[in-house]
Amino acid sequence: MLTPETDLSGALARRGISRRQLVKFCSATLATLALPERYLAQTVAAVGKAKKPVLVWLQFQDCTGCSESILRSSHPDVADVVLDLLSWEYHEVIMAGAGAKANAVLERVVKEEKGKYLCIVEGAIPTADDGVYCTIGGDSAVHIAEKVCRNAAATIAVGACAFDGGLVRAKPNPTGALGVQEAVPGIKVINMAGCPHNPVNTAAVLVHYLTFNDVPALDQYNRPLFAYGRVIHDQCERRAHYDAGRFVTEWGDEGHRKGWCLYKMGCKGPSATFNCPVVQWNDHTSWPIRAGHGCIGCASPRFWDHMSPFYERLPQVPGFGVEVTAGEIGLGLTGAVIAGVTAHGLIKMIKPAPKPEPAAAATEKEN
Amino acid sequence: MARLVVDPVSRIEGHLRIEAQVDGGKISDAWSAGTMFRGIEIILKDRDPREAWIWTQRICGVCTMVHALASVRAVEDALGVDVPDNARIVRNLIAGSQLVQDHVVHFYHLHALDWVDVAAALKADPAKTSQIAQSISDYEKSSTTYFKGVQARVKGVVDSGQLSLFASGYWGHPAYHLPPEVNLLAVAHYLEALAWQKDFIRIHATLGGKNPHPQTFLVGGMPTAMDANEPFAVINPETITFMRKLVKEARKFVDQVYIPDVLAIAPLYKEWFGYGEGLGNFLSYGDYSSGNQKDPNSFLFPRGVVLGRDISKVHPVDASKITEFVNHSWYEYAGDHGDGKHPYQGETNPKYTGPKPPFEYLDVDKKYSWLKAPRYDNKPMEVGPLARMVVGYAAGQPDIKAAIDGVLKKLNAPPTVLFSTLGRIAARALESQIMAHKLESWVDELASNMAHGKTAIFNPIRWDPATWPSGTSGYGWHEAPRGALGHWVEIEGKTIKNYQAVVPTTWNGGPRDATGQRGAYEAALLNTPVADPQRPLEILRTVHSFDPCIACAVHVVDAKGREYTKIPRVD
Repeated sequence: MLTPETDLSGALARRGISRRQLVKFCSATLATLALPERYLAQTVAAVGKAKKPVLVWLQFQDCTGCSESILRSSHPDVADVVLDLLSWEYHEVIMAGAGAKANAVLERVVKEEKGKYLCIVEGAIPTADDGVYCTIGGDSAVHIAEKVCRNAAATIAVGACAFDGGLVRAKPNPTGALGVQEAVPGIKVINMAGCPHNPVNTAAVLVHYLTFNDVPALDQYNRPLFAYGRVIHDQCERRAHYDAGRFVTEWGDEGHRKGWCLYKMGCKGPSATFNCPVVQWNDHTSWPIRAGHGCIGCASPRFWDHMSPFYERLPQVPGFGVEVTAGEIGLGLTGAVIAGVTAHGLIKMIKPAPKPEPAAAATEKEN
Repeated sequence: MARLVVDPVSRIEGHLRIEAQVDGGKISDAWSAGTMFRGIEIILKDRDPREAWIWTQRICGVCTMVHALASVRAVEDALGVDVPDNARIVRNLIAGSQLVQDHVVHFYHLHALDWVDVAAALKADPAKTSQIAQSISDYEKSSTTYFKGVQARVKGVVDSGQLSLFASGYWGHPAYHLPPEVNLLAVAHYLEALAWQKDFIRIHATLGGKNPHPQTFLVGGMPTAMDANEPFAVINPETITFMRKLVKEARKFVDQVYIPDVLAIAPLYKEWFGYGEGLGNFLSYGDYSSGNQKDPNSFLFPRGVVLGRDISKVHPVDASKITEFVNHSWYEYAGDHGDGKHPYQGETNPKYTGPKPPFEYLDVDKKYSWLKAPRYDNKPMEVGPLARMVVGYAAGQPDIKAAIDGVLKKLNAPPTVLFSTLGRIAARALESQIMAHKLESWVDELASNMAHGKTAIFNPIRWDPATWPSGTSGYGWHEAPRGALGHWVEIEGKTIKNYQAVVPTTWNGGPRDATGQRGAYEAALLNTPVADPQRPLEILRTVHSFDPCIACAVHVVDAKGREYTKIPRVD
């Protein structure tokens, strides 16, 4: 049996990881986090600890897309995350056991690792009608979340649904769905918005937490600034076409074939923040705008109601024109800035933040 | 004895609960309950039907894209728009890639641990595993050193005392009986498949920006513009080359890893050709057209119904015979006469009448699930890979017939062994192989069209809502990895008036109907042995053989109890 004191190289060797692999992974993660290379030694030491931190992954009103997204993690490789970086002890979609045995593992973690384990939540939490719209093992999601998230060191809400209720909470919100921070108020939550979350960012947050025992700098929605601090439009590879007034005006037209700007087809890039254009998806293969469809603003607060209709051109965006950059649209800086993220990229969301509402509210008027 | 409860059923999509009565070590009755409800169709109401696919795609993130495809087909049917041939090809390529990737993930990551004892792999002799691997496949990762490395990695996890995902496993269960060396082989391929699936699905990122939830599809075509001379066109010579490489690798992985593993493991669990038989009724909408999507004769997977295990006859599919019952589901119909409703007549209201959580047992004599009970001509049906292969076999589809006859010859068994838990696993593997061999032809078709300047990929005639009729309705079908999927949409003015999805896991995992007929899971679990009620491994084997997807299966039309106009058009 290994102990936390076991020397690093020995522990790594037993886990089948070379030190070179570890350093390479940590280095890539620091780049995502926009942290300087001088943190490398500290990161490598933290990630290589012999006693792995325990993690549980809860699924509520979800589509399992955020679980699938973490399975697409390439740097680090998903097997490295679930087997080597952490002890990933409960996760419905991939854990070995079911029923009573699985529930017993969760109970044990909550009891024995109280205050030390990490919790990831995927999916919204239905609060209407005593929580009958989602039960697991006969217990309601809202009750399970209260128990498991409340006793965790920190909770990471992955995806739009766990962030703010996502699609499930879109009007008329039939089940009283809420995101984690509203369903379990007062706990430490890091929101990895997106539909789904980008596994590169979530892995970076996990490594950050393991290294510094703390969360990275967050914005007013508790989303890490390194990932959600910059406007998509400012980072977009089609931006030059926008500035030059070259737009796609019909699907499949010449501009579409040439990769021109999708603004007129309803792209929400100018009003959405995310590092999607930079980290991209599926091992840096592509991202939605490159693949020819406009951005739907999936990492933005309450995006299903606020960013739709998705094919309608953004209305009333001040300063739109050839010579004006999106960085000049509403300069409201909020939250701390971490190293490597420039103030230029931070803008306030164009639509106002939704106010928290009572859980029972089943209908709402927006826009 | 007391009722056995498995909740959560893990290694599936969504929230499923199985309650089973066990008598004399065998299941005498079973109840399948979906325990999560979101109400996506309620949320869809009054929205732009052109974006319905973006919303319905989120019904499921595992078979991500299948609802998007069914949705655009439904809206295209309603608006009367045909898509260009390139759009058909790209859709086939996206859906076919999904099918292969999803099936591999299912076999290794959702199902294998029901058959493979990870702890027993530690006892294996890596040299013997290497011999076995080389005797069944040409796959290059087969050396003793390679298997030693895998074993060391598993040992590291086990020795640390922190078992991670394996912490809750049923290791040492008497129903596991693979030799240690085969366990080690399967564990190695569990890890290989984990790496391969994320690599292969980059084909979705190429054509849709990301996976899960590729952001592609349009009502009228696809946004993946094609141009041989434009480096920023989504489909260009460079991306064609990249996709060709990925589909070749997929074919190799299926041929050299997935298929040999299934053929090596299945004979060691032969008794499971005798369990999990189920309903014997099979429904396939058919899909993957080689030309005209409206012509079922052009489908790779044929359309049809097989009843009562009679493979001598394929019945045509009549869309008007599809109904859904809610007698044992937490919904109510106006008037509540206990009849089934056609999807166009949806008027469902969620009404939970189960026990207040936390609860120990559901009241299975009354309502007990968020899934409805779909029926075809009042009969419960199985859908999915087995249904597709049975219908295809009965219809004489040459690829399917050759694949099944080949395996039956190897097993020296009659076609009736297919009606079983292992039969489902075999059917899934065989159709993965058929599809993996088909994918490259679609890449070739795209390349050829592009080279000949045939680049139309979007039909704009109905993009502008001003061109729409004041009221219309339509439906779209797709053979998703888990089976027959249908979306029905009613459009009034410029928005959705009514939306309904009848999905594979509702067919398979739904509860009893008005006359008490069991759903497919419930029927398949009958007579399944349970060696240790505390560790119900056998229940998982049969339920997992269907590859449940519960988030897909739970849906509702309207929470407010409004009645919709009956649309007579059902074809």
